[in-house]
Amino acid sequence: MADKPEDRNDVGTTGHEWDGIEELNNPLPRWWVWVFYATIIWGLWYTVAYPAWPMISGATEGYMGWSTRANVAAAIEEAEVANAEINERLASVELGEITSDAELQGYARSAGEAVFNTWCVQCHGREGGGFVGYPTLSDDDWLWGGSMEDIHLTISHGIRNEEDPDARYSEMPAFGRDELLGPDEIDQAVNYVMSLSGEPQDASKVEAGSAVYADNCAACHGAAGEGDIFQGAPNLADAIWLYGGDYAALTESVNNARFGVMPGWSNRLSEAEIRAVAAYVHQLGGGE
Amino acid sequence: MPAESENVPQSLYAAREPVFPKRVGGWYRSLKWIIMIVTLGIYYLTPWIRWDRGPQLPDQAVLVDLAHRRFFFFWIEIWPHEFYFVAGLLVMAGLGLFLFTSAMGRVWCGYACPQTVWTDLYILVERWIEGDRNARLRLHRQKKWTARKIRLRLTKWTVWLIIGLLTGGAWVFYFTDAPTLLVDLFTLNAHPIAYTTIAILTATTFFFGGFAREQICIYACPWPRIQAAMMDEDTLTVGYRDWRGEPRKHSEAVEAGEPQGDCIDCMACVNVCPMGIDIRDGQQMECITCALCIDACDDIMAKIGKPRGLIDYLALTDEEFERQGQPPKPVLKHILRPRTIMYTSLWSLVGLGLLFALFIRSDIEMTVAPVRNPTFVTLSDGSIRNTYEVRLLNKHGDDRPFRLSVSGDPAVRIQLEGTAYETVDVPANTTHLQRVYLIAPPESDPAQVERSDVRLWIEDISNGDRAHKDTIFNGKGN
Repeated sequence: MADKPEDRNDVGTTGHEWDGIEELNNPLPRWWVWVFYATIIWGLWYTVAYPAWPMISGATEGYMGWSTRANVAAAIEEAEVANAEINERLASVELGEITSDAELQGYARSAGEAVFNTWCVQCHGREGGGFVGYPTLSDDDWLWGGSMEDIHLTISHGIRNEEDPDARYSEMPAFGRDELLGPDEIDQAVNYVMSLSGEPQDASKVEAGSAVYADNCAACHGAAGEGDIFQGAPNLADAIWLYGGDYAALTESVNNARFGVMPGWSNRLSEAEIRAVAAYVHQLGGGE
Repeated sequence: MPAESENVPQSLYAAREPVFPKRVGGWYRSLKWIIMIVTLGIYYLTPWIRWDRGPQLPDQAVLVDLAHRRFFFFWIEIWPHEFYFVAGLLVMAGLGLFLFTSAMGRVWCGYACPQTVWTDLYILVERWIEGDRNARLRLHRQKKWTARKIRLRLTKWTVWLIIGLLTGGAWVFYFTDAPTLLVDLFTLNAHPIAYTTIAILTATTFFFGGFAREQICIYACPWPRIQAAMMDEDTLTVGYRDWRGEPRKHSEAVEAGEPQGDCIDCMACVNVCPMGIDIRDGQQMECITCALCIDACDDIMAKIGKPRGLIDYLALTDEEFERQGQPPKPVLKHILRPRTIMYTSLWSLVGLGLLFALFIRSDIEMTVAPVRNPTFVTLSDGSIRNTYEVRLLNKHGDDRPFRLSVSGDPAVRIQLEGTAYETVDVPANTTHLQRVYLIAPPESDPAQVERSDVRLWIEDISNGDRAHKDTIFNGKGN
């Protein structure tokens, strides 16, 4: 350290010293200073031009009028304009044409999937997987019919939707609660229904149950339990059970009846959206 | 700022020393002209080669179709999922550079690098318009902007700009149908991106080739730094035989009465150097081994009646032998050594791998994505059904009928969504999404166990090509 040279620029130090290390007081390069001033001016302008200063509620808006919400709204508007033509076509063609026109079908399925995942997925499950009490849409069994027309009507007006006179409506009597049938008769009828789809049952009660069924149930569910899509009466002879196919679930159904409700969507979704989601649901189960 | 002190700090900025390479003729110069013509020819003409692929595909031999995410190269068509071909080619290019660098030093820099080729072209234009080294030097030193200087400079810049425009213009032709784009460009109907690309490439070519030149190699390019790791004492580079040339004329030793070496200090090697260095100072970071100094010196040696090769391609090991008066190793022995042989084998291995992949790949393909929500659906007759989203790829230039089938368990049958048939038409050069159902009867094994292996097949009915994918069938699995 003996040969330590003098300060090379002879500019003095800032007076700061740490363990013998001093800081020279060189002036800043001029270009750097000007850039620094420029950034300050730019920064001030920025806070005026864009939303910046926090206020009691919200923040200053900035004279450029820029906002992320407006950007999103503009992007949505742009997408709507871009899709306007095909949406109009989708809303106006014959229903059957949607499944036969490849371009329309492709668009309807993609758009329908988005609508489904927003409005329908809560009850019917992803890809229409269904839950107990909420029909599976990806199988080949349709309570109210699985054609494009049927699905479209169901979505538009709903099921047992009392706000819409066009909604599909039917009501099963509560045979046990309203004492239309005695407990023994119900027991026999349930055993008979279980025999229709080949489930394990008490064979001794089946014959008596058959008579109870013919008198009370066959009018809607059909003589052989084949169901009726015009009344939304489920097929009792197949392997699909909306509320479960075991003895307890069936007894509950006959005692207290079921009353599954679905809202109508024509007041919330556009015609194009309803048709799109109908096309999507139609293909989930393979179409009918 | 006070600058009177003697200890003024050294400036960190060094102004560029302008370089005015002199014209030179010779073997290496001719080779470089040929390489320039070939490389520029490939660059400018490739987009114009036509290649018939059928009615629905572009007929440009080399085309990067960004809109449809396809790369066409003569009979080869690469889709994005085959990008490993591009990765493989890049690996080969890298290994190729390693090989050439370890064998012959910066031969890429000196002969084939676009920066070198375009700078060479720009210097050629400069010489045609402003004259050779001395004339250019005079013009540079002339402070006053006379009418002549303005005229010469403007002419030069204009020609440079046109070359730059052609360079940027040729680039965009690789991305769209070239004849269509050419018309669109002139009728101002081309996409703004095309004009922007041309503008950027014109500017960079103009600036890099006309003004930045050797500074790109010295300061901007990382490759010269990496290359040092690949060179060893057997690598051939451009060198000066100082044991033969020294002491040179004008040196203190000669003036003191010692006998003179072969170098007559004519500065020919320095004057032709595009990097502005003196090769007689030994190997230097700046040297791109363009070998023009070899041509220049050979010319002088011939004139003064001395053997050629005072400046020549040399390896470090040669120096020891030659200083002792022994002949140098033959060139082949320099080149063939474990390192270069290893690079060559690696390069060939990757190349063979790519060729193999190219031959086994099919023009039809499928991907299968099982629908997991729900994993299976019970049908009204108790059958178990799984749904799959199958993408069918048809790379042909015409529509193809694909037949789908399933193997793995004879009980499982296939059904296509939206059709009663097992065949679907896939349009030319597209991917077709088809929902496929596999159905197992209620009492069959696949319906009862948790999961079974199945294999989906596609067959191109028109030529019998087949492809398959393995997947899982989910059953009830008690």
